Amino acid sequence: MGVDRRGFLKIAGISALLGLGGKTAIDFLAPGDLEASMDAVPLTEGKRWAMVIDMQKMDEEMMEKCIEACHSEHNVPDLGNPKDEVKWLFKEEYEHTFPGQKHDYIGDEVKHKNFLLLCNHCSNPPCCRVCPTKATWQRKDGVVMMDQHRCIGCRFCMAACPFGARSFNWGDPRKAPKELNPEFPTNQDYPTREKGVVEKCTFCAERIAKGQLPACVEAANEIKENVFTFGDLADPDSGVRAILRKHYTIRRKPELGTEPNIFYIV
Amino acid sequence: MLDRAVTGSQKYWGWLIFLLILMGIGFACYLYQFKVGLKITGMSRDVSWGFYIGQLTYFVGIAAGGVMVVLPYYLHDYKAFGRITILGEFLAVASVVMCGLFVIVDLGNLPRMINIMIYPNPTSILFWDMIVLNVYMLLNIVIGWNVLSAERKGIRYQKWVKVLIYISIPWAFSIHTVTAFLYAGIPGRHFWLTAILAARFLSSAFASGPALLILLCLIVRKVSKFDPGKEQIRTLGGIVTYAFILNMFFLLLEVFTAFYSQIPGHMHSFIYLFWGHEGHVSVLAPWMWASIAFAVVALVLLIVPAARRREDILAVGCVAVIASTWIDKGFGLVIGGFIPNPFERVFEYWPTVPEVLISVGVWATGFFILSVLYKIVVSVKEEVAA
Repeated sequence: MGVDRRGFLKIAGISALLGLGGKTAIDFLAPGDLEASMDAVPLTEGKRWAMVIDMQKMDEEMMEKCIEACHSEHNVPDLGNPKDEVKWLFKEEYEHTFPGQKHDYIGDEVKHKNFLLLCNHCSNPPCCRVCPTKATWQRKDGVVMMDQHRCIGCRFCMAACPFGARSFNWGDPRKAPKELNPEFPTNQDYPTREKGVVEKCTFCAERIAKGQLPACVEAANEIKENVFTFGDLADPDSGVRAILRKHYTIRRKPELGTEPNIFYIV
Repeated sequence: MLDRAVTGSQKYWGWLIFLLILMGIGFACYLYQFKVGLKITGMSRDVSWGFYIGQLTYFVGIAAGGVMVVLPYYLHDYKAFGRITILGEFLAVASVVMCGLFVIVDLGNLPRMINIMIYPNPTSILFWDMIVLNVYMLLNIVIGWNVLSAERKGIRYQKWVKVLIYISIPWAFSIHTVTAFLYAGIPGRHFWLTAILAARFLSSAFASGPALLILLCLIVRKVSKFDPGKEQIRTLGGIVTYAFILNMFFLLLEVFTAFYSQIPGHMHSFIYLFWGHEGHVSVLAPWMWASIAFAVVALVLLIVPAARRREDILAVGCVAVIASTWIDKGFGLVIGGFIPNPFERVFEYWPTVPEVLISVGVWATGFFILSVLYKIVVSVKEEVAA
C-alpha cells in the first residue's frame, strides 16, 4: 500500500510535531511506504498495449456510454464552451477520421458514420519527441503517458499530434460550471488538474496496472462483448494479435510513420 | 555607461513613460490571464498556438537580422558598418527579450517553467530554442557593451570579444534555423512540413531585421546628433532588397510545389489563408492579401535603384517589408498551420482584446529596452565625436 493524501498529511503532521522532515520522517513513521507511493502508476507486464475497435458492432449509444465512462473516470469536466473543450475519448465522422480515404461517391451513411477516437499510443510518438520537460513520454509497455503535474502548458505536443488527441485546460477544470458538472470530481481516486496543462487518454494506466480493462472497454463490454479488444501486440498469442490476423483493419494516417496502435475494423 | 540612460531630454522621458503605461496595461491583462487561464485568448483546442507564438517567431527573425550589419563588418571588412554594428546588436538584445516574454505569456503554467531545466529533453526543439536564444542574447549584450565601452575610452576592445563576435555570426543563423525546426519537423502539419522553412525564415529575417534597422537609423539621426551615415543606410537598403526578393522567391517555390503537385494537404492551408473554406472567406484572407500587396509595393520601391537611393522612399519600402513579413510570419504562418485541423475541419482563430493588449505590453517592453540601449549608444557616440 502506498501513502495516500490523508495518510501523508497525518504523517506530515506528526513528523512536524516530532521535528522530523521529508523522507526521513516517512521512513520512520511508515517504513517502506514511500518508495511505492513516489513511483508513478506502476508499469504493467505488457510490452505494446494496443486496441482493436470493431466498428461494425459499435453503435452511437455504446460510444456515448464509453465516452461517459472515460470522462467520469478521469474527472474530465464539461466546460460548456466548445472552444475550450477537453476530450479524451470522442466521436468523429468517417470522412474526417480518415480524410485521406474519402471520395465523392461514398454513401452518406458511411460518410457521416461516427468513429470512436482516442490517443493512438503510437509506437513512434511525435508528442513525446517534442515535449520540453518529458511530461509526456512512452513507457516500456507502450503506453504514451502524460504527467499533468509536470506539464508547463507549452502545447508543443498538441501541434505535434497529427490525430488531435490532446486537449488543453484553457480554463480551470476545478471551476467548471456546477450546473453542467453537479458531481465533479466524479472520481475521488483520480487527480483533478490545474488550469494550463495538457491532458489526454492514458489507456487507463491506473486501471491496467491493477489488471483491469480500460474504462471504455469495460463500459462497452457491459452492453456487448468483443467490440473492443485490448491487449499486448508483443504477445503473439494475445487477443489483439488473433483479431489482427483474422480481420482487415485500418489505422489513422499510417503514412506519417507514427505507428498508431488503435486499429479499426470497418 | 548606464548613467547615460537616465539623463535625457523631456521627449526621451515622455517616450519612456508612454511605453511604461503600455507595459502596465499589458501586465494587468497578463495578471487577468494568469488568474483565469488562457481561455481569455482566441486560442482553442484546434488552433492551440496563436498571436503570441507568431510574434515569438517574428521577433526571432528581427533578432537574427541584426547579424546583417555584423557580418559584413567583421567577415568582409566593410568598414562603414563599424559605426552601426552596435545598433544591430542592441536591436537583437531587445528582440530576444520580446521572444522570451512571448513564450512566457503563452505558457499555461508559468511557475512550472523551471521544469525545462530540471527535466530537460534533448529531443525537444523547444529546449534547444531556449538555449540558442538565451546564448544569443548574452553574446550580444557582452559584445555590444564591451565594444561600446572601448569606443568610449578610445581604445580597442579586447581579443576575447572578437572571438565572441565570430561565434555570434553563425549563432544568429542558428536561432532562426532552430525556430523554424519547431515547425518544420512536425508530422501532419503540411503547411509547416517543408524543408525550405528555415531558409524562408532566414530570408524574411534578413529583410525585416535590416528594414527595421534602417527605420531606427533614420529616427536616431532625427532625434540625436549621431548620424548612422548615408552609405550605411544605402548598403542596408541593398541587403533588404536582396533578402526580400529571396523571401518572395521562396514563398513562390512553396506555392508551386503545393499547387502543381495538387496534393490536397499541401494546398489546404494556402487555400484557407488566401480564400477561405467552403465558400466562406477566412478572417485572415484580407490580411494575407494585404501582405502580398505590401510585398509588391516593397519590391517595386526597392528594386528600382533610383527609388531605393532616396531615403524617404527607402523608408516607405522598409515599412512595406516589415508589414508584409509581419503579417506573413507573425500571423499567417503559425495560424495557417493549424487550419484545417487534423480532421480537415476548419475552426478559425482571431486574437481577443486582452491577448492583443498583452502583446502590446510585450512590444512596449522590447521598445523600452531598445530605447534605453540606443540612448546609451547615442550618448557615447555624441561624446566621442565631441
